[in-house]
Amino acid sequence: MLSIKNLHARIEEKEILRGINLEVKAGEVHAIMGPNGSGKSTLASVLAGRSDYEVTSGSVTLNGKDLLDLSPEDRAREGVFLAFQYPIEIPGVSTINFMKTAVNEIREYRGQETMDAVSFLKLMKEKMKLVEIDESLLKRALNEGFSGGEKKRNEIFQMAMLEPSLAILDETDSGLDIDALRIVANGVNKLKTPNNATIVVTHYQRLLDYIIPDFVHVLYKGRIVKSGTKELALELEEKGYDWIKAEADAQTV
Amino acid sequence: MSDSNKILEEITSSEYKWGFVTDIDNDSLPKGLNEDTVRYISAKKNEPEWLLEWRLDAFRKWLKMEEPIWPNVTYPKIDFQDIIYYSAPKQKVTLNSLDEIDPELRATFEKLGISLDEQKRMTGVAVDAVIDSVSITTTFKVKLSELGIIFCSMSEAVQEHPELVRKYLGSVVPVTDNYYAALNSAVFSDGSFCYIPKGVRSPMELSTYFRINAANTGQFERTLLIADESSYVSYLEGCTAPVRDENQLHAAVVELVAMEKAEIKYSTVQNWYPGDKNGKGGIYNFVTKRGICAGDYAKISWTQVETGSAVTWKYPSCILKGDHSIGEFYSVAVTNNYQQADTGTKMIHIGKNTKSRIVSKGISAGHSHNSYRGLVKVMKRAEGARNYSQCDSLLMGDQCGAHTFPYIEVENNTSTVEHEATTSKIGEDQIFYCNQRGIATEKAVALIVNGYCKEVLNQLPMEFAVEAQKLLAISLEGSVG
Ligand SMILES: Nc1ncnc2c1ncn2[C@@H]1O[C@H](COP(=O)(O)OP(=O)(O)OP(=O)(O)O)[C@@H](O)[C@H]1O
Ligand SMILES: [Mg+2]
Repeated sequence: MLSIKNLHARIEEKEILRGINLEVKAGEVHAIMGPNGSGKSTLASVLAGRSDYEVTSGSVTLNGKDLLDLSPEDRAREGVFLAFQYPIEIPGVSTINFMKTAVNEIREYRGQETMDAVSFLKLMKEKMKLVEIDESLLKRALNEGFSGGEKKRNEIFQMAMLEPSLAILDETDSGLDIDALRIVANGVNKLKTPNNATIVVTHYQRLLDYIIPDFVHVLYKGRIVKSGTKELALELEEKGYDWIKAEADAQTV
Repeated sequence: MSDSNKILEEITSSEYKWGFVTDIDNDSLPKGLNEDTVRYISAKKNEPEWLLEWRLDAFRKWLKMEEPIWPNVTYPKIDFQDIIYYSAPKQKVTLNSLDEIDPELRATFEKLGISLDEQKRMTGVAVDAVIDSVSITTTFKVKLSELGIIFCSMSEAVQEHPELVRKYLGSVVPVTDNYYAALNSAVFSDGSFCYIPKGVRSPMELSTYFRINAANTGQFERTLLIADESSYVSYLEGCTAPVRDENQLHAAVVELVAMEKAEIKYSTVQNWYPGDKNGKGGIYNFVTKRGICAGDYAKISWTQVETGSAVTWKYPSCILKGDHSIGEFYSVAVTNNYQQADTGTKMIHIGKNTKSRIVSKGISAGHSHNSYRGLVKVMKRAEGARNYSQCDSLLMGDQCGAHTFPYIEVENNTSTVEHEATTSKIGEDQIFYCNQRGIATEKAVALIVNGYCKEVLNQLPMEFAVEAQKLLAISLEGSVG
């Protein structure tokens, strides 16, 4: 489904992604871990099409389509969803209104009829239940004055609404209390189908107890330096990153 | 940055959609202004002697006045001799039914999205339409008159209700109030008049549409609205003009009088032609709007959405004379390309425990300049007066300017005056966030701007709010990234 080949990207002359290779198949969950500043959020942003980053070489395809050739909104309409590490506030625009616009824009792109208010509310109620989010939160201005955890939960609600084929969760677990973590993870699991895929960026193996990954990758200095299964996450939890850093640095020298 | 500016420019460069000219026969005066012009207008309208004298007095005073230079706007000097002061669509004076309206004129209203007949009856809005300073039709009159509500053109009011006109005309905005008010007093050709009797709540929104059609014409309409004790009225005003290369002058005066416990809600969606992308043409909108809360517990709310005009100069104000009276001003002013707006309000607290609230949202794009100018004045007698002002500016791109000029004069120390101001930009991260949810940049801007203006848009009657939202999106089309 997603195929990243030798992806290089930079921001303001600084090369941050330095040759990423990653294959994600439908139905899979991939976890990406790695020390602060290693480029995890950058990878997520580049996939979503943030224009601050310049892709200098490499390719990315989603279901055979050249993703890098598409505008950010078209990538979203093709099914890419990014749960932001730091969700953005939009004063005066409720989540409901925001989602209504988003859902209909996406439907229009796909040649579907716009959704009327009744069906939209029905869909919303259903998804609200799934991620156990309160309607009062959705009526408030998007992310404005939300607590850290509320913002994250709202991201997952949006993901549920948009039913992406590729969801990228950038540290959605940080800032969540134990109950919220379980709810969010449950939501993600319930949204999992054989046709979609999930990439979770996280620092904590705890999340992976709930969302069981098929693969775990370690990103370091803009490259995937180690890949493994769930056990790799446990090992990292125990030993930290030093040994991987040492291994990787030894190879590059 | 440069990328987003490019998109910004694209969005802001959309075309004005109300720029058509209607081919209607006009009965106009040649260009020029002197006492005879004033006499001609007055005679044309078959006015009583006192009104002619009132006009002439205004004209003589105007001759001695100077054009104000304090607003933060620049435009070439206006040649007042180069303007046509009276232009009326050739049309029978009295209409027995709406069917008698010139078909071209009807088509104009259809294009404007105003249907003068059934459609509006259904939605319950009474419309008075003013084209080139002359009131064309007032719908719904019968139903309103059953309640004792008078809603008609100013010319008609002069004939039918001279005592009311004489009593209140110029009572809120005196002839010599300012340069353009004096000019308007001398040459106003029509406008709307409204009187709500004691204890009556107007069962529908009253609405006036202003349209400048003829070339080289100035539009000088005069609106007078009186809400008697314990009455309520919500009044809507909309305006458009054709695309023309030369600038056209619009100098209106609106006077509101709210008696004890009366409430007036006055909403404007101003969409005069703003000039083209390079700042050529457009309306000079120099308007004086003022209301007085004459009695205790009276309330006046001004809500305006200003998207049009090349140059706007406008400060809807409230004189809070009655004790416990309330004044409100909610404003969204959008400027794009080379538009300039200097707008705001004056809240004059005279009575005890008077309250005022100002919420101003300025949005600037392109090379435009947008100024908020507000005065909050608390007089000696105004014990316990309270004001809250909030002035926010939103900038799109880096070639526009936002300016805030708040003036506060307090003579009573039991009063509280609060002022808050913010300046922000539409963040690229906000737009990216929307993009990431499948919302294209143009739509994202509209969404963000509407959110930004929500507090003001919420004040508008439902159908107007929808119109205003669309207008905001259109005026900013091509303007952000
Ligand atoms: N605008 C920018 N200018 C310069 N450097 C930047 C910019 N944006 C990001 N970087 C750098 O790119 C590197 C990768 O950042 P990124 O946010 O992708 O890291 P991360 O792996 O997500 O880290 P964390 O675990 O802390 O979230 C960091 O060194 C960061 O400082
Ligand atoms: Mg990160």
